[in-house]
Formats: sequence, C-alpha cells, structure tokens
Amino acid sequence: MDIRADHFSLFGLSPGFRLDLSDLDSRYRDIQAQVHPDRFANAGDAERRLSMQWATHANEAYQTLKKPLERAKYLLHLAGHDIQAESNTAMPADFLMEQMEWREAVMEARSGGDHHELERLHNRLRGDINARYEELGELFDQGDHALATDRVRRLMFLEKLLYEIDDALASLEE
Amino acid sequence: MALFQIAEPGESAAPHEHKLAIGIDLGTTNSLVATVRSGIAVCLSDEQGRPLLPSVVRYHADNSTEVGYDAQTRQAIDPRNTIVSVKRFMGRGLKDIAHVESMPYDFIEAPGMVKVNTIGGIKSPVEVSAEILKCLKQRAETALAGDLVGAVITVPAYFDDAQRQATKDAARLAGLNVLRLLNEPTAAAIAYGLDNGSEGVYAVYDLGGGTFDISILKLTKGVFEVMSTGGDSALGGDDFDHRIFCWVIEQAKLQPLSPEDGRLLMMRCREAKEFLTNNPEAPLTARLSTGEMVDLKLDVTTFADIAQTLISKTLQPVKKALRDAGLRAEDIKGVVMVGGATRMPQVQKAVGDFFRQEPLTNLDPDKVVALGAATQANLLVGNKTGKDDWLLLDVIPLSLGLETMGGLTEKVIPRNSTIPTARAQEFTTFKDGQTAMAIHVVQGERELVSDCRSLARFELRGIPPMVAGAARIRVTFQVDADGLLSVAAREQTTGVESSVTVKPSYGLSDDEIAGMLKDSMEHAKDDAMSRALKEAQVEAQRMIEATEAALKEDPHLLNEAETAKIVATIAKLRDTMAGENRRLINIAMDDLGFETQAFAHRRMDQSIKKVLSGRNVDDIKMGEDA
Repeated sequence: MDIRADHFSLFGLSPGFRLDLSDLDSRYRDIQAQVHPDRFANAGDAERRLSMQWATHANEAYQTLKKPLERAKYLLHLAGHDIQAESNTAMPADFLMEQMEWREAVMEARSGGDHHELERLHNRLRGDINARYEELGELFDQGDHALATDRVRRLMFLEKLLYEIDDALASLEE
Repeated sequence: MALFQIAEPGESAAPHEHKLAIGIDLGTTNSLVATVRSGIAVCLSDEQGRPLLPSVVRYHADNSTEVGYDAQTRQAIDPRNTIVSVKRFMGRGLKDIAHVESMPYDFIEAPGMVKVNTIGGIKSPVEVSAEILKCLKQRAETALAGDLVGAVITVPAYFDDAQRQATKDAARLAGLNVLRLLNEPTAAAIAYGLDNGSEGVYAVYDLGGGTFDISILKLTKGVFEVMSTGGDSALGGDDFDHRIFCWVIEQAKLQPLSPEDGRLLMMRCREAKEFLTNNPEAPLTARLSTGEMVDLKLDVTTFADIAQTLISKTLQPVKKALRDAGLRAEDIKGVVMVGGATRMPQVQKAVGDFFRQEPLTNLDPDKVVALGAATQANLLVGNKTGKDDWLLLDVIPLSLGLETMGGLTEKVIPRNSTIPTARAQEFTTFKDGQTAMAIHVVQGERELVSDCRSLARFELRGIPPMVAGAARIRVTFQVDADGLLSVAAREQTTGVESSVTVKPSYGLSDDEIAGMLKDSMEHAKDDAMSRALKEAQVEAQRMIEATEAALKEDPHLLNEAETAKIVATIAKLRDTMAGENRRLINIAMDDLGFETQAFAHRRMDQSIKKVLSGRNVDDIKMGEDA
C-alpha cells in the first residue's frame, strides 16, 4: 500500500461519485483500527511516526470522500481537470443574477431576525443542491468531466451560500 | 519439573507480563489516579482510604511541599504559598485569568505563562501541577508495587494547545511516560460506554471545578467517534463559589478582606454550595481575623438565582456543539453527567430540560474520568484480553490558523477536525525582494488575530529574492493524537529550501525541563543524572520488547540478512543498556530505530492490506513495499 495512492484505493474502492456512505464509514473505521496511533502507543519510534502519517492520511481521505462536493473536486483532480477555483471566477450572468437574489433574501431575513424565513431558504437551497448532486452523478457516469467541472463550480457557490444561511441561523439563536 | 502454562486463546501468553499503566484525572479541585486490576478499573486511594487528592500544593521555605488534604486545610493560614486550582493558570498569561483580584497570590507575568512567587521560590503552574502528579504517581507505585509503563493524563476537551502542552510538560516533569493526553468527556464516555454497551449518539456534559466541556460522541461497534466538542476552559464549580462569595460580601457589607479571610470565606462558600445539594438551606458562618462574624443563611431559591447565569452560560456551547455535529437535542440518546459540579440539582434540572430527558448519573461524577483514563491506558499498553477492544477518534476543539495581512486569521485546520490531522497551505510574499517571512500561529474562531490565542511566532529566512507574489511558501500544520500542534514552513519554488519546524513557544525546552528536574531532585536528595539514565534504560527496554514482539509476529516480512541485522542491533542495545552511559544508549536506540524502519513500513502495509482483503473489494492496487 502506497501512502501516495489515491483516496479511493486506500478504502479498497474504485473511483466514482456514487458512494455508499455507511459502507465508507465502516471501511474508514476498519482502516483506523489498524493504523491509529493508539495501536502503537507502546511501539518503537519508527512505527509511531508511520502510524501518525497513516492515520492522518486516512482522516484526510475520509473527509474528502465523505462530502459530495469535496469528492467531486477530488475526482476531477484525478481526471486531470482543474477547477480553477481561485483564478477563474467567471460564471454565466444568469447564474450570478440568481446568486445575488439569494444573497439579498438571506441578508434581509438576517437583518430582520426572521428565523422562519431563513429556515425556508435553507430548505429550498438544500433541495436545489441535492438535485444538482444527482445531476452531477449522471455526468460522472457519462464521463462528461468538462460539464461536471462547470457544475462543481456552481455548487461551490451554493454550498457557501448554504453555510452563510446556517451561520445566520446560528447567530439568531445566540 | 514444573508444568508449562498455556494461556486462554486471545489472552496474553504471559499473564505475569501485565504492564502497569495508570489513568490520571488532573482536576482543578481534585485529582485522582486509577488503574485496571483483574479487568476492572478502580481508583487508588491514599493510606486513609481517600480516593480524591485535593489539587492543592503548599510550598515551604525549604522548597519542600505539602500536597492534598494537608495543604487544603492550611490554605486559610498560608494562602500566599498554598496554590489551589492551579489548572486555571496552565498555559495562561495574567490577563487571561479571571478574578485575579480576589486571589491571594504574588503573580509574576512571564512570557506565555504566568508564574507565582512563593516562599519556596518562583513556581510555574507546570511545576505546581507536577507536584500533584508526583504525589499520584507515588501513590500508584506503592499500590501496584512496580514500575509504571505509562500514564494517560486527562485534559478538558476545550483546552487549547498551550494548556495541553503545559499539562504534558508537567507530566514529564513528574517523571511520567505520557501514553496519551485524553479529553475528559471522552474518558467519561469510555467508562460509561463500556459499562452500558450502548450504541447511538451521546452528549457528555462535564462541569468540573474550573472547566466546562460538552462533547457529542457517536458510539458504533467499538468505535467512540467524537463528532464535536465545545466548552469554556474558565468556567466551573469555582465560579459558583465565587458568586456566593460576592453575595456574602454584599449581604454582610464586608470591607476588603485579607488573603487569609478571603480564603476562609471562599471555603465556607464552597461548603454551603455542597450542603445545598441535599438540603433546602445552608448555614454560612465564619469568624474573620478582624473579629467580625459572618453569620448568614443561604437558601436554595437564592442560590438558584445566583447560579442561573452561570448555568445558562454552559448551554451556549452545548447548542454550538450540537450545531457543529449537525444534530438537534432530540437526536441525543443519552446525556452523561461528569464533574463534581453536576451534583448541583439546578445543573441537572437545566440539562434535563434542555435535552428533554433525565441525565445519566449512575457513575460517580468525580471518578468517572479517572476510571475511563485507566481503561484507555490499559488498552494502550497492550493489556487487552481479546474481547475488550475499541477505538477512539477524537477532535481538536478550536481552529488553528495563521495571521495574514491586516491582522486577520486564515484558518488552516478547522475546529472539530478528527486527529491526527495535517493540512498544508501556501502563502506568498508581499513585497518585491522579500527574503524572510514572519509566521504567527494562532488558535481560535475569531476573525481578528488579536481575538485569538497566540501560539507561536517564528521566521522563515532565506527566501530567494523574487517579485512580490512569486514565492511559494508552504506552511504545514500537523496535530498529533494528543491534540498537540507542530508547524513546518518551506519555500518551494526554487531549489533553495528553507525549512523550520516549531513547537509553540510556551512549551518548555528540554533544557528547562532538565533544569527543573535538577532543582527538584536536589531537594529529594536524588540525582537527576541517574534518573535520566533510568529513563533511557526504560525507553530502551520498551523499544527492545516492541521490536522483539514484532519479530515474533511477522518474521516473514524480513529476509534472513535483515533479521540478523535487527537481532544484532538489539543485542548491541541490550549491552549498552547494562552500562551507565546515557548517550551511548540513545545512540544504540537511534540505530535500532534506523534498522527497523523498513520493517515498520512493511508491517503497516500488511495490516492495511489485511483490512482491504477482508472485504469484498474491487480493484485494489496492491502496491509494493513503501
């Protein structure tokens, strides 16, 4: 087993967007049960160091595969597609317009302390995001990485927006 | 002729090789030590049968100390030299400590961590804590009649890097081999989880003497997975005492008190609080040195009023932890209560109301952390009996980040990341020709660096001069299984590599530890050198045992020449060990470490392959030996 091998092979999986999460959970736990530093608390230095590297690696791999957006980005990276998250922020005008409307709605609900409206926005966006992940799954099935890259970039915007709604909800609770 | 003994399958083939390991709960108010005996975790008591050791250290002019009950009873006579609740000062500067004005100590501000000037000299909180740990270590050695292989020391889950490092330093100073720093709520969950054998998501509400933690844990098939944690590392039972104290001052219209009277009154306040757990009203009387008599009665209703703000202060982190775990109160299957302060009926009621269920209180809230720590220590040294096996996956409580332009924090590792974890981030230069970069590591959730805790500052030098923004500086954060951070930085666009690894600045250097050891040893009429030698010998022995066990387990992973080489290196280490030269022992240990590196890789590789092959796998790329 090579620590540089891809995250999927660490868990004995073939690369793909569709993933049984409870199966991933149990594979992750099985790996950690073997490599975790607690298994080597009384071992020699070399083994302790290796164990920390492997356990760190298993945590990173698991976190990447567990979240659909991170998993999709990782798959595109493996397929040699650059998401250009930082350098290229150009998006179609209609998508950006839609984003601005969302943001205005969130800001309004936040400043008005409208808990109910924020909940509604959260649920609507969650539904939208889930549908997009479905679509993404199909794109990966078809091997259309170019279109998948575009969809992933949109999802990055949407996930960020969802985070902001949740953050607004949290600050209202406090 | 004696008959050969054969062990039960799954049990150690050599029962006499049961390794002595302990768990220590280093508490704000009380500390405990526990161990696993015949498969059952028990707290070890002192000669008088008392399991608790009050976390109180009194210094004398000759630098000798009294620890525990004796020191506690003298605190009102000698408040300046009797340190209580030292845990509150661990890894803290003077400005971080609440209620400094009502404390009798002569504080000295020192870089990173406050110190206290006592009659026995200037003491750092690390040294004071080490006195408590030494006392517990000795108790364990007497009770177990043998050398300890190691200890698990518990820390509040919400302790930051500075507080954790200080705790580990204290344990080293006390001569303990730290197997692991374990979060207190997680330790409690082990003690509970193994007893109750339940699966599901649990909340551990841990209100100790000076710290508050909330952890949300998922229990699945022998795995304890911490989903999120939160808390307040300066909120605990002490604060309830302090509130009562302020109420007394107000009610009795007292003038500013002498340190002696302050301590006395604070003790009376604590007693009153404890009395109210089972009674509707508590007498609160004290004769002050001024001749004044305090004679009050504190009833439950008044106390509930006083306690209300503090209790609701604990519910904020609870809400946040639930949110971080993506859960609601109704998703929680059980709420475990830990810490002496959860004995207050007001706390139990508030927690019960919040989670809409009766909290679990069937284990002694004072002992549960130590018992869990001992259970974990027993597992870590390898005393498991086959069926008792579990895995802990814990998290870091606070985000780790770096200062960027404008005094802003850039988070590198977010809070509640499962440990061990590592994350690298790239930064670049701000000015043309810039050859050095100041790296400031901080911990906390706030956007402004000034609102976060500063952990370390270091400079990366030797960056080749380039135009602004061209250099690529890769900063890597690594958090180990104790939750402790190390940071490395390296410039990587050019062939010239400059690399630096730091331990945060408040951590004691090996020299400082050696100096402190020497000081304490002079008092104990022992020799620091002989102790260092003994430690090296113990470490060498541990290493030989680990290597021999590995050789026995996996001989097929080595060819004859490799095996011979390792066996020879072991023999050499064994020879050196018998001698008195610590430096040679260390060199021989390094040699063995070097010779076993490839072997360690192959063993790790084998165990991962074993997991994968036990499954219905598709497309495993069986790599060659790393």
